[in-house]
Amino acid sequence: MTARHPGDNNSLKTYAAVGFGGALGAGLRYVIAIGALQTLGPLFPWGTLAVNMIGSGLIAWLAAHALMHPQGHVSRWHRFWFAGFCGGFTTFSLFSLEALLLWQRGQASLAVLYVLMSVSGWIIAAQVGHKLAR
Amino acid sequence: MLTVTGLMGVMFGGALGALLRLWLGNAVSRRLGERFPWGTLTVNLSAALLLGAVFGAWQVLEVSLDGLGWGIAAVGLLGGYSTVSSLSLQTLTLWQQTRRQAAANYLLTSVAGGIALAAVGYVTGSATGDVFMQVLG
Repeated sequence: MTARHPGDNNSLKTYAAVGFGGALGAGLRYVIAIGALQTLGPLFPWGTLAVNMIGSGLIAWLAAHALMHPQGHVSRWHRFWFAGFCGGFTTFSLFSLEALLLWQRGQASLAVLYVLMSVSGWIIAAQVGHKLAR
Repeated sequence: MLTVTGLMGVMFGGALGALLRLWLGNAVSRRLGERFPWGTLTVNLSAALLLGAVFGAWQVLEVSLDGLGWGIAAVGLLGGYSTVSSLSLQTLTLWQQTRRQAAANYLLTSVAGGIALAAVGYVTGSATGDVFMQVLG
């Protein structure tokens, strides 16, 4: 018998934490996307832009926080928060498809704007999250 | 419209997608090492390709994007399988390690590759959908 750390890659607990976090993250992303669609309209993918920026800020905050508090809640639940919640909440595939569709529908400048706002927004949000935790 | 069924479908797909990302990401990192985020890159590029293909097929087959199928497969599974948060954190970390060229390469390859592969997937998915429609008559 070997004792298993809850953070082990192959433990059942890890899969449960990641699956549960992924479900919550994706569900919240869906709610935000529908809310953005209903309030701001379908012309620009505001919902995806928002969740990806929030998720980038959150994960950088969590990472810096976990580094400073190795025994804290975030560290103990890192599988839930990182691979689970933040991973399921943010989405790269929908971002790629939305950029492609804007381009395809003859809105090339909106497509370029979306990509530039997204990429700079993700990185700036991550930097802000990192700084806020310190 | 936000419905309980729709939300449950997305959450179910999201759980599967997150598990798939964990599994494939770990498998790729084990083979190629953790000095560069190959795992997340593989996950994100494959997710963009697959989502493009599903969307292309969905469009040809005239399946609604408001339905449960799109919610589970696209918004949940392929949406939750891919990740921007890890991409951002890994780019920031590479940058902070003063591996600026690697950070720039990673971000640029992800974004340009993701959109290009979504387009490839879209063309492939549409063509497959067309064939399917012809076979069905």
